[in-house]
Amino acid sequence: MVTLTIDGNEITVPEGTSIMRASMEAGIEVPKLCATDMMDSFGSCRLCLVEIQGRAGMPASCTTPVAPGMNVSTQTQRLKDVRRGVMELYISDHPLDCLTCAANGDCELQDMAGAVGLRDVRYGYDGSNHVKARDNGGINLNWAPKDESNPYFTFDPAKMHRLFAVCAGL
Amino acid sequence: MTVRIFVPKDAAALALGAERVAKALSSEVEARGIDATIVRNGSRGLHWLEPMIEVETAQGRIAYGPVKASDVASLLDAGLATGRDHALCLGKTEELPFLKSQTRLTFARCGIVDPLSLADYRAHEGLKGLERAVTLAPADIVAHVTESGLRGRGGAGFPTGIKWKTVLDTPGARKYIVCNADEGDSGTFADRMIMEGDPFVLIEGMAIAGIATGATKGFVYIRSEYPHAIATMTQAVEIAHKAGVVGTSVLGSAHAFDIEIRTGAGAYVCGEETALLNSLEGKRGIVRAKPPLPAHKGLFDCPTVINNVISLASVPIIMDKGPVYYKDFGMGRSRGTIPIQIAGNARHRGLYEAAFGLTLGQIVDDIGGGTASGRPVKAVQVGGPLGAYFPRALFDTAFDYEAFAAKDGLIGHAGIVVFDDTADMLKQARFAMEFCAIESCGKCTPCRIGSTRGVEVADKIAQGIEPEKNRELLADLCNTMKFGSLCALGGFTPYPVTSAMNHFPDDFRPVPLVEAAE
Ligand SMILES: Cc1cc2nc3c(=O)[nH]c(=O)nc-3n(C[C@H](O)[C@H](O)[C@H](O)COP(=O)(O)O)c2cc1C
Ligand code: SF4
Ligand code: SF4
Ligand code: FES
Repeated sequence: MVTLTIDGNEITVPEGTSIMRASMEAGIEVPKLCATDMMDSFGSCRLCLVEIQGRAGMPASCTTPVAPGMNVSTQTQRLKDVRRGVMELYISDHPLDCLTCAANGDCELQDMAGAVGLRDVRYGYDGSNHVKARDNGGINLNWAPKDESNPYFTFDPAKMHRLFAVCAGL
Repeated sequence: MTVRIFVPKDAAALALGAERVAKALSSEVEARGIDATIVRNGSRGLHWLEPMIEVETAQGRIAYGPVKASDVASLLDAGLATGRDHALCLGKTEELPFLKSQTRLTFARCGIVDPLSLADYRAHEGLKGLERAVTLAPADIVAHVTESGLRGRGGAGFPTGIKWKTVLDTPGARKYIVCNADEGDSGTFADRMIMEGDPFVLIEGMAIAGIATGATKGFVYIRSEYPHAIATMTQAVEIAHKAGVVGTSVLGSAHAFDIEIRTGAGAYVCGEETALLNSLEGKRGIVRAKPPLPAHKGLFDCPTVINNVISLASVPIIMDKGPVYYKDFGMGRSRGTIPIQIAGNARHRGLYEAAFGLTLGQIVDDIGGGTASGRPVKAVQVGGPLGAYFPRALFDTAFDYEAFAAKDGLIGHAGIVVFDDTADMLKQARFAMEFCAIESCGKCTPCRIGSTRGVEVADKIAQGIEPEKNRELLADLCNTMKFGSLCALGGFTPYPVTSAMNHFPDDFRPVPLVEAAE
């Protein structure tokens, strides 16, 4: 077993546990998009970043295992800024369709945008994107149409906000 | 006596016409009945003088350059075969100031020997390091490398000895040595020069690494853009194998070590060690999260040393002359020598190996001779496409890992690209973002989407669209990329962008064309 401190709470977890899992055990929710219990952690969305005393940078909590005596912060201002910055990038390449979207109200992306306090997308929506079929008067080669061939779910590439996303429900 | 004339076969010399020179020389020599052999050596690294040919005389080697095929007849007329004077004569090679002031440890043989002659290699102190290593216990070899202070020359500057120790201490039925020869950084060519000019030193270094860590197999991952290096390395490995330098019994010892050459497919990110491992395994070159470290779980999940070409090629001299000899060069925590590669708009472009500690100004002005265009130097980018731009005001910075970090820069693979005062630093910042967008492995959000947005924001600044707001946005984006990215491609792209913005603010204030457009 390994004992560490997360946001001031001491917690003991089995060796090899990720910081994210340990945080959950301590009742602390770290923002996340790409980690799920169904898959090995992949570390691509970069919302679950944390700061560890004595270590440079911001490691992802889903891919970083706990270590004895570690002192982890999950909610510093620096982390909040980066998370909001990441979310702003996500939404800059996402349709503004919530009102008509099947996932509305049960959507991780929506939840996370709220959780990190994203209000404004300063990049605008005129840039390169996977959202619009036509762009700046021409065909958008990044765009692909919805796949509605399956009776149980629709796959809309424009709403695919992470690699290897689980698409059912979107 | 047969006279030896050296015509480089290095890719830089070939690009400048060395093959035509060699052909012309060989037919002229034959036609005139001169008793001469033409040796195809590596480059001495004075690229602005390539193709630089040399002739061996009783007084030492005499250099001529830059030589064109059409110069060959007049050179022979003037008495090239005996080292006589000519308009292109540069004098004794060893006396050329650019060479004479260098400290050539890693590149001691480069340009001097016939790259594919093992006899030549031995005659120039080759294999002494490996001969010593086979008599030592692995832990002692590792201790030597640790004590020498050698740090990774691929970019991160991680202590090589500590990396080796981790692999030595990690149990594994199989272990690997992977040589990173992807050399993707702009303005760098040290790896290529050593592979083409002295391939056996790399083979020797890898064999020592194998013995030190218990690895029995090595891979050299060479970028596909280096066909000549690939060919030379492939032949050199064959020769070394036949001679028993590598194989089932390294130099007759109980150690086995084999080397295989692999070719990349053109992705910059495959120089990043974990993406490289994926590529070697036949997978898409995507960055892996660390931990696990490659030293614990690397190639095919086995403990793996992954080192840059120059890191490995510096090991033989450390084993031969001892760690103290190597450590005595350098400053602070940057020990030994570093092959500085001067490129871009510099007058004297080439490779300059020196102990750490020269100032950037000495390198650019004295050694590099200022700009090729003759205009004032505006900026130099140090450390490849992810390195910071340094203005003249920072030219007192010493070439040392820590000194560069203190000025928000990095040494990287020690490439220096010089720009004159016609460079537009906003364009350079945009280019950094564009490069990142093209080369991103696509795994993580800050780099994948951020780099594309970075290009767009830079364009808005250039077009004068809400410049103040967009400058602030660009700075914010750099913060997100720097701290949010998984690897240094996305994480270090802010270095060139932020340094350009901070040191050259005027370039980010073009004449506004459009008023606030919201
Ligand atoms: C995007 C990216 C590209 C890289 N390219 C190279 C490269 O071409 N050659 C290299 O030796 N290291 C490169 N590196 C550094 C490697 O990840 C790694 O640090 C190095 O191979 C370790 O060897 P060393 O300790 O001997 O330097 C790159 C890193 C990143 C993030
Ligand atoms: S998938 Fe996108 S559009 Fe749909 S609810 Fe979520 S955030 Fe809104
Ligand atoms: S920073 Fe870029 S290159 Fe590195 S893992 Fe993320 S997407 Fe890939
Ligand atoms: S949840 Fe950790 S990187 Fe996405």
